[in-house]
Amino acid sequence: MAEISRQTSQNRTGQSLGEIAMVPVRLAMGVIDAPLRWVQKKFGLGGMAVFFLLPNMLIFGIFVLLPFFINFAYSMTGGTALFLSDRTFVGADQYSRLFDCSNYANPNTCAEDTFWTAVGNTGWFVILQVTLMIAVSLITALILNRDLMARSFWRAVFFFPVLLSPVVVGLIWKWILQRQGLLNFGLFGFGFDPHVWLNDRNWAFAATVGVSIWAHMGFYTLIILAGLQAIPKDLYEAAEMDGTRAMRVFSRITLPLLMPNLLVVIVLVLIRAVQIFDEVYVLTGGGPGTSTLFVTQYIYETGFAAQLRNPGLAAAASILMGLVLVVLTLVQLGLSRSRDKKGARK
Amino acid sequence: MSRAIEFVFRRRGGKGWHWTDIVTWVWLIVGLFVMFGPAVWLTASSFKSPAALAEFPPTILPYVTQKVTVEGYDKPLDLYTATLEDGSTATLAEVRRIGTVSQMVYPEKPAEIVKVNIAKRTPVRQMSFATENYTEPFTHFDFVRYLWNSVFVTVTATLITLVVNSMAAFALSKYEFRGRTFAMLLILATLMVPLSVIMVPLYSIVSALGLFNNLWGVILPTVATPTGVFILRQYMLTIPDELLDAARMDKASEWQIYWRIILPLTAPALAVLAIFSVVWRWNDFLWPLIVLSRKELYTLQVGLSIYSGELNVQWHFILAMTVVTMIPVVLVFLFLQRFITTGIAGTGLK
Repeated sequence: MAEISRQTSQNRTGQSLGEIAMVPVRLAMGVIDAPLRWVQKKFGLGGMAVFFLLPNMLIFGIFVLLPFFINFAYSMTGGTALFLSDRTFVGADQYSRLFDCSNYANPNTCAEDTFWTAVGNTGWFVILQVTLMIAVSLITALILNRDLMARSFWRAVFFFPVLLSPVVVGLIWKWILQRQGLLNFGLFGFGFDPHVWLNDRNWAFAATVGVSIWAHMGFYTLIILAGLQAIPKDLYEAAEMDGTRAMRVFSRITLPLLMPNLLVVIVLVLIRAVQIFDEVYVLTGGGPGTSTLFVTQYIYETGFAAQLRNPGLAAAASILMGLVLVVLTLVQLGLSRSRDKKGARK
Repeated sequence: MSRAIEFVFRRRGGKGWHWTDIVTWVWLIVGLFVMFGPAVWLTASSFKSPAALAEFPPTILPYVTQKVTVEGYDKPLDLYTATLEDGSTATLAEVRRIGTVSQMVYPEKPAEIVKVNIAKRTPVRQMSFATENYTEPFTHFDFVRYLWNSVFVTVTATLITLVVNSMAAFALSKYEFRGRTFAMLLILATLMVPLSVIMVPLYSIVSALGLFNNLWGVILPTVATPTGVFILRQYMLTIPDELLDAARMDKASEWQIYWRIILPLTAPALAVLAIFSVVWRWNDFLWPLIVLSRKELYTLQVGLSIYSGELNVQWHFILAMTVVTMIPVVLVFLFLQRFITTGIAGTGLK
């Protein structure tokens, strides 16, 4: 009772403070209202709809759609000039430069060897990261879906890194993997010599995979968990009554019923993995050498950071990546639509 | 005690332990350490002095060698516990080290030099939190600037996002007009156009608008989030149209309906979007990195990444600044985690 009265009194002070803060806002809204009434009279409800939609669409138009279409024009031009009007038309030269390879399996034979190195790295990264991410998230979701003590606490534990910024994630792990870091400290306890993990090509690559899984698994675990909780409980009760073994319950009930959800998650992970940049850029900076250089970083460096900037080439590379993403997104939309239809039928 | 243990390990329904239970608890405990451990380790490290950071093996808590001022010496000397030749131990201050021999003095008798093999002395350690790691970046560096830039970008972008997205969601959920489906599809399509695909032309547009090296150049391209429009539209669809019709009878203008009826009723969805937007904008990295090239305009994320990429990384400052950067997100996590998790589970969007 005391709890409740304290809460209401808190609410009241909160409200009165809010009221004071709202006074100028209210005034502003009143001032806006007069001309808008005129608009409403003049153009009707349809006019108001346009008015409400306009700011959002303007920003979309200028900062998303316009660049999207200019991008094609950019990829057809050469030189280092920034504005499209100053650039020279080169046709498909940038694309043919990107694809100028005598052997696609070996990036060194390509005109743009860093691009193909980045593509190769990204390919391996996607394969490894998506597989492991799905496995880890699925196991965690299955465990969190059990009858656990303090389940919301455990769910929060795995979700925590999702909110951290990529820069913080990169720095946390850079600090752990360095020579005097926690990992070497732990291994030292088992008698291993300290190792500079991020200076080693293979370990650095493994670190990018591991760190990105660490940072994002909580997000996918949540989505898979929501899917698991939608599976009717009576199926499990029936299986338990028949004395079905745990592995069999998983393969015969859980997995088939989870599949539509899981497919959507797989595509989501794929889309994100293809674009990997932030954490890796802070963690390894693409190095050592080019061993953790991924496509987004290639685009960023070609377009902005390199000594000899080449926006046209960067645009061409970004369009190629965009194509992959569009295909993946369409697959995802198709999958989630079919999932929703199945759900509706049930 | 044994009953407490029995309580902890008792399974619901009085069943015994199954192998899946063991896997579950091993996974959870390991998960606890793997998920929280790195951030805790970083926070603990951020209180260490540069000397303590360079030590291997490292200690978990910040220790420094105790120092003592001795008469006749300008600088404070390190204190050691040394084993003397006669087997007794004494607390000595080190004056200098030559090879494997350390020249030491009794702090109270500075004239007499005692020679001790370095293997026979251990430093006197005491716990000390290097709070200057936190205070110095605030006074000597542009850290306050970065913090302010980040706060400005986050707050402004979130406010604009809420207004602009809710207006669009209102139009898309409560009006019938030509091109509504087209507008919806257009917004849906923008989900397919991530920053990494359009950054080159976007940069030229932002420059053409004079927003290069301007915080508004960071804010504006991010505010019209398709996710936000979707969350809000779904929520507004559940508000009955009769409410709007009743208000129209009372001569309320459409703007008033949006402002006085729709917005207050959409508060829960607005809150979810606000939380998401704060986290997104606070964490944004690639776009600010492209748009901001002047030091005084860096956001925290950009500043941190630039400083940590330098040749001589001043880890003691970087670590402390990373902890400060983490604080808002940890607060969001502690108090608002529930909203976010239900938001993600409900919409599948981040």
